[in-house]
Amino acid sequence: MSEIENKTEHGSMDGAKECAAEDPKDDTGLGLGVLFFIVAFLICFLSGWLLFPKLLYSKHEQPFSFDHALHVQETGDCESCHFLREDGTFSGIPKTQSCLDCHTDEPMGETEDEAVFTAEYVAKEREVPWYVYAKQPDCVYFSHAAHITAAGMDCITCHGHIGESASSRPYEENRLTGYSRDIWGKNIWGIKKNSWDSMKMDDCAQCHQEETGHKGYCLQCHK
Amino acid sequence: MIQDKKAHKFGMVIDLDKCTGCGSCTVSCMSENNIPFKEDESDKKDSITWMRVYRLTNGKSFPDTQIAYMPRPCQHCGGKGGHGHSPCVSVCPATATDYGYDTGIVSQIYTRCFGCRYCMGACPYHARYFNWWDPVWPEGMEKYLSPNVSPRMRGVVEKCSFCYHRYQLAREKAYYDGVDEIEEDAYQTACTTACPAGAIIFGDLNNPSHRIHQIVKPDPHPDPLNHDVVGKSRNPKVFRLLERLGTNPKVYYMSEREWVRKLGDNYLDGEWEKVKNHYGSASHD
Repeated sequence: MSEIENKTEHGSMDGAKECAAEDPKDDTGLGLGVLFFIVAFLICFLSGWLLFPKLLYSKHEQPFSFDHALHVQETGDCESCHFLREDGTFSGIPKTQSCLDCHTDEPMGETEDEAVFTAEYVAKEREVPWYVYAKQPDCVYFSHAAHITAAGMDCITCHGHIGESASSRPYEENRLTGYSRDIWGKNIWGIKKNSWDSMKMDDCAQCHQEETGHKGYCLQCHK
Repeated sequence: MIQDKKAHKFGMVIDLDKCTGCGSCTVSCMSENNIPFKEDESDKKDSITWMRVYRLTNGKSFPDTQIAYMPRPCQHCGGKGGHGHSPCVSVCPATATDYGYDTGIVSQIYTRCFGCRYCMGACPYHARYFNWWDPVWPEGMEKYLSPNVSPRMRGVVEKCSFCYHRYQLAREKAYYDGVDEIEEDAYQTACTTACPAGAIIFGDLNNPSHRIHQIVKPDPHPDPLNHDVVGKSRNPKVFRLLERLGTNPKVYYMSEREWVRKLGDNYLDGEWEKVKNHYGSASHD
């Protein structure tokens, strides 16, 4: 028997089965179909749930790990390194020069990370190319002065408890947009439990709506 | 918490008798706002000039020929009755442009714009430009770009923002200093500061202490002849472009010369004679 004939025969048999499936007393075919659907759904769902974030974000390690907790303990507050300049703009990432207010070209502690810092950046007089977790897209204008000085907000509301971290987590970059993962937030569904979980436009608008009664005009936050 | 005590209404008055047509405003605008330039800037279908200088002439032959130059930024229209329904804002299907009721400045959000160019068709002043290409700067020149202004990508519309980033910077300074109001000098557009003739005056039309308010003397009442028109100048030398459309621009022009003022609109025979001596509402002459 040729292959084609064979298939035709099987085909006709399948047809017979389908007829049987329509019989309300025998619903094996329907059950298999439902099972197939559930299994396929689970495979697709779980691969999307578990694999998609890994595919979407690439990870970068910081130049060296930074111990925020230790530095806050030594300096006392955030403003020692992150401060408003006199013209009202914000100095977010300290220059190597301001680290040298305390550090010298000899390590103060015994960690490997500080050795990297002194050898690679202090000795060579270079700036540390940090990845900035909270970096907003280019079209966004954000005024620290308006939020800290005028609205009296604290750092934690947006940045969370970064001051208590003992090491730097990897920076995750969205491969499609090039934005930091902190903008969308860790939760891929966009569910947030704390005010610092995500830094999207909707998060800004929500807080503005609650605090000022208005989301603001476009140019208030865009440039 | 620092709040604006009242809404601003930033505007500009340009003295066409002082303007020499040198083009400093255009150049300063381009460098301030990261406007890319093209290989052939004479191709006006492709070039982008937020601030463009037009040449006006009285059309007479020698020796009576007279020339004037008219710089044209975005007019930041308040729309009919000054309610914020600017021609471009009311047609944008993407809400990529809005009217800031706190400043009177018409925004353009490049990341929101999808390039339908409906606003360009709606704008009676040709103040909006389309990016047909991604911006290209000569090698190394991208380092000179202003970090305060976001560069535009291919496929979006852009226009003058009254150097809004300078307002933002002035506000940040005010927050730091703990003062409520920003000074007149603290926020000035790039073209204003660059004009060697001092022909451009920029300030808050709502603030009587600002020079622009003293020159323009904006009418607090709607024009009795046309209720769509608000903020009409009570200075006989000051006019706006296509004023009777009711777009209510916040850019005013000023000239001693009648033929220049007459070029502010396309008057039919006899129309100019009726309106030329009408300025502001009669009750506030």
